[in-house]
Amino acid sequence: MRKGFGVRNTVAIFAPKFATAMFDTTRSNNGIMRFSMRIMSLLLSLGFTGSVLASSGGGENPDPGEFIIHHIADAHDIHLWGEGPSAVHIPLPVISYSPEYGVSMFSSAHLLHHGEDHVDMSDHGMEGAHEEHAPHGGSGQYHCHETGLTYSLDGNGALHAHNNAGEHVHAYDLSISKSVLGMFIVIFMMLLIFPRVGSAYKKRKGQAPKGLQNALEPLILFIRDEVAVPSIGAKKADRYLPFLLTTFFFIFLCNLLGLVPFIGAFNVTGTVGVTLILATFVFIITTVSGNRHYWGHIFWPPGVPLPIKLILVPVEVVGILLKPAVLMIRLTANIGAGHIIILALTFLVFIISDYGAHTAAGIGTGIFSVAFMIFMYFIELLVAFLQAYVFTLLAALYFGDATQEAHH
Amino acid sequence: MEAFLNTVYGTVFWSTISFLVVLILMRRMAWGPILQGLKEREEEIDGALNKAKEARAEIENLQSDNERLLQEARAERDGMLRDARDMSDKLVADAKQLAKEEGERMIVQAKQAIDGERAGAVADLKAEVAKLSLEIAETLVRQELSDDGNQQALIGRMISDSKLN
Repeated sequence: MRKGFGVRNTVAIFAPKFATAMFDTTRSNNGIMRFSMRIMSLLLSLGFTGSVLASSGGGENPDPGEFIIHHIADAHDIHLWGEGPSAVHIPLPVISYSPEYGVSMFSSAHLLHHGEDHVDMSDHGMEGAHEEHAPHGGSGQYHCHETGLTYSLDGNGALHAHNNAGEHVHAYDLSISKSVLGMFIVIFMMLLIFPRVGSAYKKRKGQAPKGLQNALEPLILFIRDEVAVPSIGAKKADRYLPFLLTTFFFIFLCNLLGLVPFIGAFNVTGTVGVTLILATFVFIITTVSGNRHYWGHIFWPPGVPLPIKLILVPVEVVGILLKPAVLMIRLTANIGAGHIIILALTFLVFIISDYGAHTAAGIGTGIFSVAFMIFMYFIELLVAFLQAYVFTLLAALYFGDATQEAHH
Repeated sequence: MEAFLNTVYGTVFWSTISFLVVLILMRRMAWGPILQGLKEREEEIDGALNKAKEARAEIENLQSDNERLLQEARAERDGMLRDARDMSDKLVADAKQLAKEEGERMIVQAKQAIDGERAGAVADLKAEVAKLSLEIAETLVRQELSDDGNQQALIGRMISDSKLN
């Protein structure tokens, strides 16, 4: 997508004030469009996250697909609201490691650009002359003196490094990105909440649960009695419970964090890197705890004729990796899909109203979009729990499979 | 779609570290005590419920024991009452029998005594009468020999004097 439009970002509208500020920065000369956008901003600010884009230059309309993908994807900053020069970002630390050139650490504010600089770059990009130009995420460059590398973000928000000769250098991007920060927030919350609950069990031994302990006990018991014990068996469940409980609460809280409005729409469990690691842990634990019975069933299924074995064994072997891979894809896709639907519903208003050309159509669609978005939000709350539950349940089933004793 | 992998190294790196850290910390600081506490409480509740069940069974046992004891006591009392009544009946009957026999024996003795005495008396009387008759006869015979009138008067007097018992 190199349309060169000035539209640069997803904007979450949370309150009319912010929305109005945002729309004031639009370069649209169309009064009706402005009016319709104000109406929309009012509708959208009913208390949930809605992402709206605004034209900040050029006048060309953005591609909804591209726009949504950028909103869902991880980023090196937290974009709160606003567009172009008046956009409000929280810059995050960028950490880049190159085996040849070493480690560099700097604020992503250097890569995002503000003021005139930005507009210039944007215009530059529109002409298609600058390869590093990003319609999203920023096109600033940062030169690190220690490593002698110049860092910049591409159109997908990925970090690239070039040496003084202008050659592309392979460097690992270990930045504290938005998803990593979200993960840290969740972990901080978990370490704040659960040790307290743990000490409550020590302190209030033999007494009825109270407060936070009482609030979380049903969930803990749910994971123990409805997930771990039926899947693994009462005897062995204790070994896997710490992992299952950590995974469940980690995913659940990450999912909920993604639904909190005003904080830049975290999408931790919709980030491939995070779910990949969760699935990898499941894979490692399953493989390590697999007993003879488990491996026997994979490599030489008992009671199956030889020709079928020839088909079954490769399928089972692929399944070892496929099972955790499916866990990863399911979680990422489900959480991403919810965000995509809400964004798509927002976009519907702009598509149907032809980006402000037909006010009435925009208002009409807006009402239905908003109603459906509220509905989607409730579904998302359900999905936040459901996906955490499904991931934990399937992980527990895999552990149960791996540790099952021969029974025939 | 490459946008989804824009920070994949960083997210993989940090998720591995942070998930491991949170897993280890949570295991030690949270899940350990929580699961232990839950288990202990469940065992405690189970224990308490079992104890209550046992206590209830014990009370039921005691109650049935009491019932049994009461039954026994009642039976014993009834038996004792019956025995006492039987004994008293027997005593009364015996006493009656004894009294009857004694009475009969006494009556028989009395009869014998009366008969004996009467026989004695009759014998005495007979002897007296005989003696008297002999005296009268003697006297009569004496007087008669002297005077007829006198003899007559004497006989009359003697008869009136001599009372036949």
